[in-house]
Amino acid sequence: MLYFSVPLGKLVRRVSRLRGGGSALPGLVVEKIDPGFMERTLSTLPLGVAVVSGTNGKTTTTKMVVELLESQGLKVFTNRTGSNFTRGVAAALLGDVDWRGRLDADIAVLELDEAHAVHFVNRVPPRYSLLLNVLRDQLDRFGEIDKTAQLLQHIASKTTGTVVLNREDPRVARIADTLDGPEVRYFGLDDSLLSTFPNDDDLRAGPGSPVPALPAKPHADVVLRRVGTEDADFEYDGATVTTGMKLRGVYNIFNAAAALVLARCVAGNGTTATDHGGLLKALSQVAPAFGRGESVVVDGLPLDLVLVKNPSGFRLGLKSFSAAGYATMVAINDNYADGRDMSWLWDVEFDSLREGGVDQVTGSRAYDMALRLQYDDVAVGAVNPEIAPALATFIKGAKDKPKRVFCTYTAMLAIRRELSKITTVEVVS
Amino acid sequence: MNIYGDWGNALVLQQRLRWHGYTPELLEYNVGDEFPADVDLIVGGGGQDSGQLVIQDDLLSRESTLKELAEDGTPMLLICGLYQLFGRFFKTRTGAVIPGIGVLDVETHGTDERLIGNVTVSSTEFGDILGYENHSGQTTLGPGVKPLGTTPKGTGNNSSDGKEGARYRNIVASYLHGSLLPKNPAIADFLIRTAVERKYGSFTPGAPDDHFAVLAREHAARRPR
Repeated sequence: MLYFSVPLGKLVRRVSRLRGGGSALPGLVVEKIDPGFMERTLSTLPLGVAVVSGTNGKTTTTKMVVELLESQGLKVFTNRTGSNFTRGVAAALLGDVDWRGRLDADIAVLELDEAHAVHFVNRVPPRYSLLLNVLRDQLDRFGEIDKTAQLLQHIASKTTGTVVLNREDPRVARIADTLDGPEVRYFGLDDSLLSTFPNDDDLRAGPGSPVPALPAKPHADVVLRRVGTEDADFEYDGATVTTGMKLRGVYNIFNAAAALVLARCVAGNGTTATDHGGLLKALSQVAPAFGRGESVVVDGLPLDLVLVKNPSGFRLGLKSFSAAGYATMVAINDNYADGRDMSWLWDVEFDSLREGGVDQVTGSRAYDMALRLQYDDVAVGAVNPEIAPALATFIKGAKDKPKRVFCTYTAMLAIRRELSKITTVEVVS
Repeated sequence: MNIYGDWGNALVLQQRLRWHGYTPELLEYNVGDEFPADVDLIVGGGGQDSGQLVIQDDLLSRESTLKELAEDGTPMLLICGLYQLFGRFFKTRTGAVIPGIGVLDVETHGTDERLIGNVTVSSTEFGDILGYENHSGQTTLGPGVKPLGTTPKGTGNNSSDGKEGARYRNIVASYLHGSLLPKNPAIADFLIRTAVERKYGSFTPGAPDDHFAVLAREHAARRPR
């Protein structure tokens, strides 16, 4: 079984890629004929497996961790396509193993969807886990955000080495109280930046917030102290360092602190001594994962895609990027991957768009979005639920202006497809 | 108790009051605050089941005040968690009983079944009400309240009787969270008209532009569950 499952899986992978198919089918095939393939292959890695999960920022954070570890000379296996289910991991493994099933890597850094991560860690206990946040996305899948927190807690409980937690998210930070096996490390935020990260409880809560504040903040290995327009200050080992950042958006840069903590843990335990200069250099060069704060050029001017999935993220997106001088489009879909329930749009304030208005609103929930903007006195130029013609109208109407598009996940995919017809869009596969 | 976009309800009431020519004043009440003396309209939201435990003592201490306001005809919109706690009790899955304040003759039992999805409520008073539900508590109505309506699409109060929400005096209670008022301006205007008439004796409506609301309603009515 062992000897032909890998070649067969690789063959299926080649065929399905020729067909332009999804990334999970070859994973499904190899899982069926060789159910131990994933565990067996990952168990050979000298530094084990690191799992990155949370409701938001997984893809970009995973990319950062990979690039930081590579800067330390480590060979890293990752599920780069963003196929963050067990099957997707198996499929990605098929692409990287040789024909005899051997994986040439020191460590696997895997982005896992919070629900699927539970199945994964039951089969492959990770040596490291990095848990980013519990935001309100996909309540239609999980019912309550307390349930989402339980899923992350399960990942932490299966971790054998070190769990890295977000000190500023009470639902994540409190996971530490439930652990007695793994070591716990934190990443944190300067008090002056806390107000830019309202969690779901703080959005409207007064002193009687249903989630009591932690009595005292634990020490964080890495703290984000300041975010500039093209640089940021991180504090660790008792000193503050300034580094340039290609990433935009406070949320991405906060996740850079998370990636630094994990990378330092791994590199510190690894065979190579930690090269701090190399880590910072790598951090300054990380580009966003596809669709996340991505910028393409249309008619000689930038068009920025800002992915929005929850009220905190949308608020941060509006705060991080000034609307002045930009033409704005908002694209809201409510497909399964976006979450079906869009009521969270009512917890985002759109005042910052009032002056310039919104040129175009699109997506399956375009009318809900237009209604939301109307209640914040934001003028809406045009509304068309169909993304392709809406994007064309938007680009035509704003020919002489840089453009910004706030979009949910599947709307982002649709917009990228349309954009690739008129400009070069980075393809990640 | 506000984690599902219920803020939209407060926002819609304020903005529509302005569109009708009035100046609203929004007072926020949180656990431990002094209860405001002069209230014309009350909006209560939903939250985690765990949030209900946090607010229950404070809510019980307001029982007589809220009952008086309700009996006196103060318009109220109660969504999800506060709908449950304005009833007689919420019995959780584990058998623990969270006492409610008994403004509404309803009782709620926690279940393992989560009712999630788009809902259409057919109401003789407000026409079709469009919204989204997400709850595991199942509520049954006593003889002291009427349902808000029946549910041709979605589940509503419980998985057996096809009814959604509760109506009592000027109270509208519902499981449809977050976006209830934006897409259902008829309910918003009922609450506003009642509040203004109680305060000033009469209400002259303005002419809000509801064309996006109409389009959003048409679109929602076509969406699958």
